[in-house]
Amino acid sequence: MTYPPNGGAAPPGPALPTMPAIPPQPGASPAPAGPSGSPPAVPARRTAWAEGVDRLRTAATTEPGRLRIIGAVLALLVVAFGAVTTWEMSERSAAADDVLHRSQPLSRDAADIYRSLADANTAASSGFLAGGQEPAGVVERYERDIRTASEKLATAATNSGSDPASAAAVAKLNKLLPEYTGLIERARANNRQGLPLGGAYLRYANDKMQTMLDAAEQLYKEENERLRADYDDATPYPWAAIGIGVLALAALVWAQRRNYHRTNRVFNHGLVAATAASAVVLLWLLVGHTMARAGLDDSYDHGVRSLNVLNDARIASLKARGNENLTLVSRGAETREVGGVPKDKFDVEYQSQMEQLGGAEGGTGLLGTAASLADDAAGRQPVAEAIKNVKDWKNRHQAARAADDSGDYETALEKVIGTKDQEPTDESFDQVDDALKTALDHEQTEFEAAAEHGRNAMTGLPVGAAVLAVLGAAAAVLGIGRRLSEYR
Amino acid sequence: MLARRLRSSLRGWGGVAAMAVACALTAVIALLLPLGQAGVDVSTALGGQGVAEGAQAKAGTCKNPEASLRPSTEDGPTVEEIKKRGRLIVGVDQNSYRWGYRDPNKAGSDLEGFDIDLVHAIAEEILGPDAKVQFLAIPTNQRIPAIKNDKVDMVVRTMTITCTRLEEVAFSTAYFKTGQQVLAPQDSDITGYNNTLKGKKVCSAASSTAEEELEKNSFGADISTRVPNQLDCLVRLQLGEVDAVVTDSALAASQAAQDPTVELKGGTFTEEYYGVAMKKDAEDLVRRVNQVLVDYRKSGWQTSYEKWLAPTGLDDKAQPPTPEYSD
Repeated sequence: MTYPPNGGAAPPGPALPTMPAIPPQPGASPAPAGPSGSPPAVPARRTAWAEGVDRLRTAATTEPGRLRIIGAVLALLVVAFGAVTTWEMSERSAAADDVLHRSQPLSRDAADIYRSLADANTAASSGFLAGGQEPAGVVERYERDIRTASEKLATAATNSGSDPASAAAVAKLNKLLPEYTGLIERARANNRQGLPLGGAYLRYANDKMQTMLDAAEQLYKEENERLRADYDDATPYPWAAIGIGVLALAALVWAQRRNYHRTNRVFNHGLVAATAASAVVLLWLLVGHTMARAGLDDSYDHGVRSLNVLNDARIASLKARGNENLTLVSRGAETREVGGVPKDKFDVEYQSQMEQLGGAEGGTGLLGTAASLADDAAGRQPVAEAIKNVKDWKNRHQAARAADDSGDYETALEKVIGTKDQEPTDESFDQVDDALKTALDHEQTEFEAAAEHGRNAMTGLPVGAAVLAVLGAAAAVLGIGRRLSEYR
Repeated sequence: MLARRLRSSLRGWGGVAAMAVACALTAVIALLLPLGQAGVDVSTALGGQGVAEGAQAKAGTCKNPEASLRPSTEDGPTVEEIKKRGRLIVGVDQNSYRWGYRDPNKAGSDLEGFDIDLVHAIAEEILGPDAKVQFLAIPTNQRIPAIKNDKVDMVVRTMTITCTRLEEVAFSTAYFKTGQQVLAPQDSDITGYNNTLKGKKVCSAASSTAEEELEKNSFGADISTRVPNQLDCLVRLQLGEVDAVVTDSALAASQAAQDPTVELKGGTFTEEYYGVAMKKDAEDLVRRVNQVLVDYRKSGWQTSYEKWLAPTGLDDKAQPPTPEYSD
């Protein structure tokens, strides 16, 4: 985008050699103008075209004419090489820039929206479990989540204009978020008065949140696809530029060989300079792009993929936690048929999210994938931490369920939101969440470093290619001009 | 555990095999009988065999669903099973203000309310003082499945005794009289269970008596809003998603007690009784619970009523319903 002036410099390039190539030919210049202006217009045009071909044919029969044509073609090839390189590389460079500064931040924002919403719902149910007087920390966490979600939604709204699916998801979330917070406030107000209506509102709010989480997930997926698309725009080999570059070099070599055979002179300075310029551009293109590609691929494989898996894991853990709370809030008020047997709706959800998070053992599932994707100790350590805590969480949860199932609700409650010495699942969940956050921060840094590296490898390439190509073309024309002057 | 219970109940009901044979026999006879009478004949014949008397016999004829088995303090297989386990598992509601709910502002997390008081009375009678009770909050539509699947010993959850339900579960004698009633905002033009419901959205709990009645006659109302718990109806009503709620008058009063802007509209349009629901073959438990109710009507009932229900605006001179027996 920044380089159109250089690209624009290309057309005058071919014009330069073409002009001298044609005017000095048999002086029939009025001939095409005359017939084209006369009444039988169609045959006249044909004549003009035929005339031009004739002139070229005539020119090709004399050595100066041939030299002019060769000069024109060489200059055209070199300039085209430069132009295509500039064009293809500015596109890739812009896409790489988008990866780093637009689509990845947007994807991260979408993940933040998704996470904040799930977190808010979890905080709301935790606060509810604690009773009418909610703990200050929980209230603050809820407020912060809602604030983050609405801020990021505003950013997403301004950036999703071009994408109808994202825009629809954002619009839906913008509509539902105030409805959700309204329901939570009603739940709180009723809870404070000791009315069971509060619990009914909380369940209703939770249902609404499920719709919101679906929309947030949709947005997150859309943004990830956009990120993937930017990667796809940034990494493919610039085949057109490489092809024309090879062609231009071959033509230059051929022209010099021809020159050598005809004149026995080894070097034509102009053509040598043009060859050198083209070779430098081609080399730069190959090396620069390969490095950029390596950097970007690295940022995807070790950054984006890890980030996606970790985000999914964090959201799964949040959802599991929310459902664990709601199991105790609803105490069987809603059931779902599993294999023909009615089971507590929220416990079923909890089980399925924990399964997603850590598989049957705690070390497979999303966390297993995250562990296998982590490529250094700093990345592996927090994931291992999370896996360990998920195992603890599961054991503690079992103890809580066992207590609740045997009618000891009080102990079950302590096992879920109790104090540290009661070893509540709350503690395990917080540790999982913290570990995943550390892992996410680390992978984000890794991503940024690799993507920056990749993008920097392309810096200057579009401008450099354009300048060198213009210089190369000029050198080629000068070189041919020098030979031509020998015929005067 | 299920297998053990099954085995013990087999022992207790020595005649189960005979009953199965009788059932098969009756079914064959029923099939041979003229159509239309078949359904009734099956159950009457069952009772007629003298194997399962009382509750089961009533299901067929069902003229007086409130009549239950005579009280007794004898332990049968079901009561023994509960004693062996050491705790009573009861299906309750935790969304019915002043019937069964948890006050979030009280230390501890015990459920409380009129139904819960009754549960404690039953548990203490069977298991002695400091009896352990496991409360399972169950949605309206899981009351019968929970009993049939042995998830609970009994359901004490504002459950109306009806003929249809008697085909699947057994009930104790009635412990509370109520009826269906309409609840709507004070400024609503709905005046009761009548033509003013036409075109209005009316909410009811899934598998509730209210739902049944509305399906019989909805007065042209839109009755598509069915929720897991009657209290969810109040949420919809407050949010303006529905125009009225139909539920038992006792529960409607408990909803009105949570929201002063809604009120009961018109009188009750049915007459119903709440009973404790138990497994159909748990004859000993039914008799035992009926025994508890005999004593409870004398002392605990009134205290509990005054504590929980009188403040919601229900008649403060209410008396427990007189028990009726079928045998």
